[in-house]
Amino acid sequence: MDISQQLLQYIVSGLSTGAIYALIGLGFAIIYNSTGIINFAQGEFVMLGAVLTLSFISALQLPLLLAVPLAIAATTVIGVIFERLTIRPLKNATPLSLVIITIGVSILLRGIVMLLWGKDTRALPAFSGNDPLSIAGATILPQHLWIFALTGLVIIANKLYFYYSISGKAMRACSFNRRAASLVGIDVKRMVLFSFMISAALGSMAGIIVAPLTMTAYDVGIMLGLKGFCAAIIGGMSSGLGTVIGGLILGTLESLGAGLISSGYKDAIAFIILLLLLFIRPQGLFKKGETERV
Amino acid sequence: MLTRVVRTTAVFLLLCLTTASAFAAAPIKIGAIFAITGPASFLGEPERNTAQMVVDEINKAGGVKGRQLQLVVYDSQGDATKAVQAATRLIKEDKVVAIVGPSTTGDTMAVIPIVEKANIPMISCAAGSKITDPLKKWVFKTAQNDALAVDRIYEHLKQNNISKVALLTVSDSFGSSGREQLKAQAASHGIQILSDDTYGPKDTDMTAQITKIRGSQAQAMICWGTNPGPAVIARNSKQLGLTIPIYMSHGVSSKKFIDLAGDAAEGIRLPSGRVLVADLLPNSDRQKKSLLAFVKDYQKHFKAEGDHFGGHAWDAVMLLKGAIERGGDSPAAIRDQLENSRNVAGVGGIFNYTPQDHAGLKKNAFVLVEVKKKDWVLLK
Amino acid sequence: MVKFLILTAVVLLAPLLFTGGYLMNVLVFVGINTMLAVGLNLLLGFAGQISLGHAAFFGLGAYGSGILTATYAVNPWLAMLLSAGAVALLAFLVGFPILKLKGHYLAMATLGLGIIVYIVFNETVDLTGGPSGLSGIPNLSFWKLTFDNDFKNYYLIWGFTLLIMLLSINLVNSRIGRALRAIHDSEVAARVMGVNARLLKVQVFTLSALISAVAGSLYAHTMTFISPASFGFHFSIELVTMVIIGGLGSIYGSLLGAVLLTLLPELLRAFQDYDIIVYGLLLISMTMFMPGGLVKGIPAGIALLLPGRRRRGEHA
Repeated sequence: MDISQQLLQYIVSGLSTGAIYALIGLGFAIIYNSTGIINFAQGEFVMLGAVLTLSFISALQLPLLLAVPLAIAATTVIGVIFERLTIRPLKNATPLSLVIITIGVSILLRGIVMLLWGKDTRALPAFSGNDPLSIAGATILPQHLWIFALTGLVIIANKLYFYYSISGKAMRACSFNRRAASLVGIDVKRMVLFSFMISAALGSMAGIIVAPLTMTAYDVGIMLGLKGFCAAIIGGMSSGLGTVIGGLILGTLESLGAGLISSGYKDAIAFIILLLLLFIRPQGLFKKGETERV
Repeated sequence: MLTRVVRTTAVFLLLCLTTASAFAAAPIKIGAIFAITGPASFLGEPERNTAQMVVDEINKAGGVKGRQLQLVVYDSQGDATKAVQAATRLIKEDKVVAIVGPSTTGDTMAVIPIVEKANIPMISCAAGSKITDPLKKWVFKTAQNDALAVDRIYEHLKQNNISKVALLTVSDSFGSSGREQLKAQAASHGIQILSDDTYGPKDTDMTAQITKIRGSQAQAMICWGTNPGPAVIARNSKQLGLTIPIYMSHGVSSKKFIDLAGDAAEGIRLPSGRVLVADLLPNSDRQKKSLLAFVKDYQKHFKAEGDHFGGHAWDAVMLLKGAIERGGDSPAAIRDQLENSRNVAGVGGIFNYTPQDHAGLKKNAFVLVEVKKKDWVLLK
Repeated sequence: MVKFLILTAVVLLAPLLFTGGYLMNVLVFVGINTMLAVGLNLLLGFAGQISLGHAAFFGLGAYGSGILTATYAVNPWLAMLLSAGAVALLAFLVGFPILKLKGHYLAMATLGLGIIVYIVFNETVDLTGGPSGLSGIPNLSFWKLTFDNDFKNYYLIWGFTLLIMLLSINLVNSRIGRALRAIHDSEVAARVMGVNARLLKVQVFTLSALISAVAGSLYAHTMTFISPASFGFHFSIELVTMVIIGGLGSIYGSLLGAVLLTLLPELLRAFQDYDIIVYGLLLISMTMFMPGGLVKGIPAGIALLLPGRRRRGEHA
C-alpha cells in the first residue's frame, strides 16, 4: 500500500465529505444572501431530513422512495414555520439578535427531536448497497456516488434557478440591495420565505444522502452545521459554485490533515485554515474584494 | 353529645394516622447523578432507568429493613461542572446518605473531592481505573476497570501471535482512559504500538485514519470508543478492505452496535460483561441467574435490551441495599459495610470489596466475544 | 454610584439569608458567570465586536492556573497572575489580525479560535489530562484563611466580581467608554474624530480576555477539578446569551443575564427532560420580545403594569 494510493484515498474520502459540507454551506449562503441572517439552525435541517426519513420508514412503514421526498417536504414546512414565526415578525432586529434567535431555534428543534425520537443513533439503509467500488486503488461506497451526483445536480439547478428564472434573479437582486429590489416591485418578504424553503430542502437532502454512511441522531446537526458554515465562508458566501468548491477544499484538507499530520487535531486543522483564510483574504477565495459605503 | 363523640373520634383517628405515618419511618434517601442527556446519554439513560427500576422493586418487596428507598436523580449532562453542582445539592439540600454514579470518569473525578470532604459514600458507574486507584476512602465503583479489559484483549492477541497493533481511540474520557491503559500495559504483554490515532466523538468519517492503518505494518487494530463512532469505523474498515482483525472495547457491548454496523460488524472481537451473552453461559456460572433476571426485568419495563451499562447501576443499588441491610443507614456505616461486601453476584461480575480494593472485580468479570452472523459468540 | 453601593450591600448580606446550603454553591457560579458576562459585554455591547469563542480565554486562564499549581506547585496567586498575563498577551497578539474582520466573519473567526483552543485542551493529554480532566488543583488561601467551602468562596468570588464591575462601570463612563461606543456606532466616523479605533478594539479585546482568564483561575481553584467540556463552543454561546438577555451595553444587565442563566437550569430541573425545550423557547421569546434585554425589559414591564403612574406622568 504505497503512499500515492493512500493519498488518493485521502483525497477521494475528503471530496465526499466535502460535498456534504458544500450542500450544507449552500443552505447557509442562500439564506444569508437574501436576508443577511446567519442561520445557526441550518445544521438542524440536515438532522431533520435524516431523522424524519427514518421516522416515516419505521412509524408509517413507508418505503425509502416515498419516505425521502416526504421528509424533504416536511423539513421545508418546518423551515417555513420557523421563518414565519421568528424571522418575519422582526423588522428591525440587530444581526446579533437574529443570530441568537436562530441559535434558540436550533436548541428548540434539537430538544423536540430528542424528546420525540430519543437519543439513539440509528442507521439509514444505503440507497444502493454497501459493496465498495474501486477507483484506481482508492475505494468508495456507492453512497458516495449518490452524494457526488446530488451535488452536481444541485450546482446545475442552482445556476439555472438563480440566473435563468425570474424568482431566482429576484432573489439575487435582494441580496445585492433589498431596498432597490423592493422599489422595482420584488416582494422581498416572499423572497425571504423562498430562501428559507430552499435552504431547508437542501439541508434535509444533504442529511438524507449522508445518513447511510454516518448514521444519524438528534445532535448530528451541530458539527455539520459549523463545517457547512466554514465552507460557505471559504466560498465567499456564494450561492453557487464558490461554496461548493469551498466545501470540497475543506473536506479534502481535513482528510489529508487527519491522515498525514494528526487525527486528533483534524478539526483544529480545518479551523486554522479557516482563520488563515480570514486573515489573508476575508472575502473568500472567489469573490473580489468588497467595498462598503460608510 | 353524639357530635362531640364523633368529633373527638375523628380527631383521635386523625392523630393516629399522622403519628402512624410518622412512624412509617422516613424513607432512606439515595442520590444519583447520571449523564441522562448530552454526549454520554447512552450511559446515563439506561443507568437511570435501571436504578429507578431496582429501587421500585425493592420498595415493592417491603423496602430495606422496613423502610422505603427514595432515589433522587440529577442529570449531569456529561458536564463535570453540573455533576459537581448536583453532588453539592444532593449532599446539602436533599441530605442523601449515599450517591450512585456519576456515569463518566470525568464527572466522577470532579465529584470525588466533594464526597470525600462530606463523608458520603459514592458508588460510581464509570470505567476509569483511576477512580479507585489510588484508593479513596469514600469512593467505590461497579463498572469493570478498563485496565481489566485491556488485559483481556492483550492476552488474546498474544495467544494469536499478534504483537504489532494500531490504536484508534475516541477523544473523550472513556477513550482517553482506555488509551492510557493500552499504552501502560503494552510493554508487559510484549505488544508494540505502531500508531496511536484518535477520532472525535461526533466524527462521521474515519477513513483517513484507517487508510493510514491499512498502509502500516499493524497486525491488529484496537478501537476504543462508544457508539456511534465504532460503528462508523467498522463500516469504513469494510469499505477500505481492512483485513487485519479488529478488537473493540466494552463500550460497544450491546446489540445496538451490531444494528448500527450491520454486516461490517462481522468478526469484530471485544471484551464484555457477561450480561451480553447471558443465555450462552453454562448453567454453572454463578452470575447467570441474576443476569437473566436483569435482562428480563429491563425488557419488561423499558421494552429494550438490558445492557451492560444499565447493569452498573443495578450493581450499585444492590450493593447499597446489602450494605444498609447489614449496617444501617448512616453514611459511615454504609461505607464500612460496603467494604465488607463479599461474593455479590451482580451484573458486571462477582463483587468483592475490601478495605484495599474498592473496585471489586477481577479479570474474569470480562468474557471475550466475537460477532458472528449478527449475534454474539463466546470466545476462549 | 448609589446603585453600586446597594448592590454591594445586597451581595455582602445575602449569605446570611441563605445560611449555607446548596444555593451558596449556585451563587458562587453566578459570580463567576457575572465576571465573564461583564468582560464579554465590554467587547460585545460597548465596542460592538462579536466574539463566539470567549470560553477559550476562560479555559486558558483555568488551565494556566490549574497546571501551574497542580503539576508545578507554583503559588496560586502567582499562577493566577502569570496565567492572566499570558492570556492577555495572547489576546493582544491575536487581536490585531482578528479584529480587522467584521460581522459574521469575526463571529466565525472567534468561533474557530474557540474550537481550536478546545481541541488543544483535549489533545495535550500529558499537560492537561485530556478529556478526563485535571484534578488536584489546590484551593486559594490568604495567610491562614483557606477558601475551601462555598461560604468562603462566595465572598472571594464576589469580591473579585464587584471589583471588576466597578472598574468596568468607571471605564464605560470615561473618555475611553465614549470612544468605544463611538466605534460601535460607526468605526469610520470615530476614526475621523481621532479615535485610534484599531488599537482601542484590540485593547478592549485584551481586557475582556484578561477578565475571563481571571475568572477561569478562580473557577479552577473553586472546583479543584477542570475538564475541557466546560470550555467548549456551548459555553461560549451561553455567555453571549447572558450578555444579550441581560442587555447589551449595560454592566448591570450582564449581572442580570448571568443570574438568570445560571439559576435557570436549577429552576428547570423540575421539567427534567423538557428543560432543553424550555431553554430554547426562552431564548427565542426573550430575544423577540425584549430586544433591549432584561435591563430595559423589566422597567418597561413594570411601567406597563402601572398605568396610573404613567398617565399622571403624561399630564405632568
